[in-house]
Amino acid sequence: MAQSVEVIADVRPSRGFLQRTASRSWSFTRRKPLGAVGLVIVFLFVVVALTADFIAPFPPTEIHRRNPVEAPLTVHEATGKTFWFGTDQLGRDVFSRTLVGSRVSLYVGIVTMLVAATGGLILGVSSAYIGGKFDLFIQRVVDGIIAMPTLILALALVAALGQSINNVILAIVIVQIPRITRVIRSAALSIKEIPYVEAARSIGATDVRVMLRHVAPNTMAPLLIVASSAIGSIIITESTLSFLGLGVDPETLTWGALVSGDARQYFAGAPWMLLGPGIAISLVVFGMNMYGDALRDVLDPKLRGR
Amino acid sequence: MRTYIIKRLLLFIPTIIFVSMALFAILRILPGDVAAVIIQAGDPEVTITEEERLRVTEQLGLDKPIYVQYFDWIWGVLRFDMGDSFLLNRPVIEFVKNQVPVTLQVAFFSAILVSIVSIPIGVLAAVYQDRWPDYFLRGFAIVGLAMPSFFIALLTVLILSRYFHWLPPFGFVHMWENPWVSFQQLIFPALAIGFHSSGTMMRMTRAQMLEVMRDDYIRTARAKGLAERTVIIKHALRNALLPVVTLFGFQVAFLLGGTVVIEIIFAIPGMGQQLIEATLLRDFPIVQTYVLYIAIIAMTVNLLVDLTYAWLDPRIQYS
Repeated sequence: MAQSVEVIADVRPSRGFLQRTASRSWSFTRRKPLGAVGLVIVFLFVVVALTADFIAPFPPTEIHRRNPVEAPLTVHEATGKTFWFGTDQLGRDVFSRTLVGSRVSLYVGIVTMLVAATGGLILGVSSAYIGGKFDLFIQRVVDGIIAMPTLILALALVAALGQSINNVILAIVIVQIPRITRVIRSAALSIKEIPYVEAARSIGATDVRVMLRHVAPNTMAPLLIVASSAIGSIIITESTLSFLGLGVDPETLTWGALVSGDARQYFAGAPWMLLGPGIAISLVVFGMNMYGDALRDVLDPKLRGR
Repeated sequence: MRTYIIKRLLLFIPTIIFVSMALFAILRILPGDVAAVIIQAGDPEVTITEEERLRVTEQLGLDKPIYVQYFDWIWGVLRFDMGDSFLLNRPVIEFVKNQVPVTLQVAFFSAILVSIVSIPIGVLAAVYQDRWPDYFLRGFAIVGLAMPSFFIALLTVLILSRYFHWLPPFGFVHMWENPWVSFQQLIFPALAIGFHSSGTMMRMTRAQMLEVMRDDYIRTARAKGLAERTVIIKHALRNALLPVVTLFGFQVAFLLGGTVVIEIIFAIPGMGQQLIEATLLRDFPIVQTYVLYIAIIAMTVNLLVDLTYAWLDPRIQYS
């Protein structure tokens, strides 16, 4: 056995991490061009979110008193800069506000996804591995939470917790964890039956070690798939909460908040106030969904070729 | 079959009890002082006097042990007595009676719309796999999935008012009072809510159709000379629909959530407006009752879906 392993190692000389990542990304791009486009869109939004302060033409809260509700592409006389998306009812630059708004929306999306994925992984693996009453209990909790519409539950949670960015994250995490737990549990249930788990146990590995080193790493493919498709729905939930005035506190700029409240009264006359942030949300969710779909096709052999 | 239905119904009750407990626990155990949240009503500047805190705590019954609070609430829900709204000083049941039918009507209408749109286009996309109708319809589904329903609703209002100089009649008329006005009022909210769900359902229908179309009995059906239309509708679709029906059950929960948002935009006086207003003003009796009712409705639909499943697929024995 040891010999054949060496032979394989000779045939494929080890390459650097960068090289390996590059070739893998290239083959992903060739096989799933739409998925790659999706990833590029998401990446661009992350770059925008990180650099929003530098690339926004105007400070997002600066009020241009002489330009309330200005149409897109109007030029600001004093500085000669363009209001790409026009200005809102108070004369603030909608383009700058959309750029800066991406920060909170993406932050909530990514942090919520990471926390929910970690929670779902821990609960799913332990529920499947430990089994028995523990599994039964966790699964009833999961069923109970999944029965409630996501948005309604998130709404109730924010009402109980109070409005702040961390509470919105916590609320959406609670909504998402059961969905991820369910997928991970079913993956872990089948992994548990594979002989290498029994082998690990028979050489005296502790339960925690088996779960961490043998079961959890093998649920990575389903975890990646559910987590990547969860981001889209997290961003939509956050923006909907903000739209309803129940998201992060009203002073914070997010895409949902940009089209809520006072702004809604001006839409008929100034549709650009709605289009910028609305399209931004749709684009980033579109990108994430495309990437998630491609990832599913590549990682889930059952669906390959569909 | 009968034992299955009885078993399923018996299981339904513990699940509802569990959901109510989970909901109650979530709203009560989480960090955050409910009394303070109610007094401040979203404005952190307000200072809270000890006296006021005690008053609100007592009014909510928060000074009692948690299981007593839970049983008080559930006993109330069972007798349709959910207490009074904090701020409007009227029994919660009054709101429920007026608003639940409105929201159900909107959600029901969108559910019908979703099924009559998404299943045929899912079948079309599968039949024309990897040709332009497939790409076009899938693109349509993906766009629907990416857009938040409130954005679709706002766009709808915008397009109607700006380019057609027309808006649906304001408010809400019941279907049996004036069907035509009611239709005009319901069609656009239903479209806005249903666009997202249609995407999910269409993709599921397409995927299932593609899988079923590869099966041997489809080849047999074609080989014995049946018309392609008959093969697709009678042989493929019937079998492909099973998982779609399950998904539809889940989508109803989503549609109910979507209705809540859309009601605000189209000024429909259903549960949504009340729930959001109550949430903003921290009117807890309304919030927890409404969320429980919505959960019960969603679970009832899931139960009905499971039963439909048994009817659709006679192979399933449900032992």
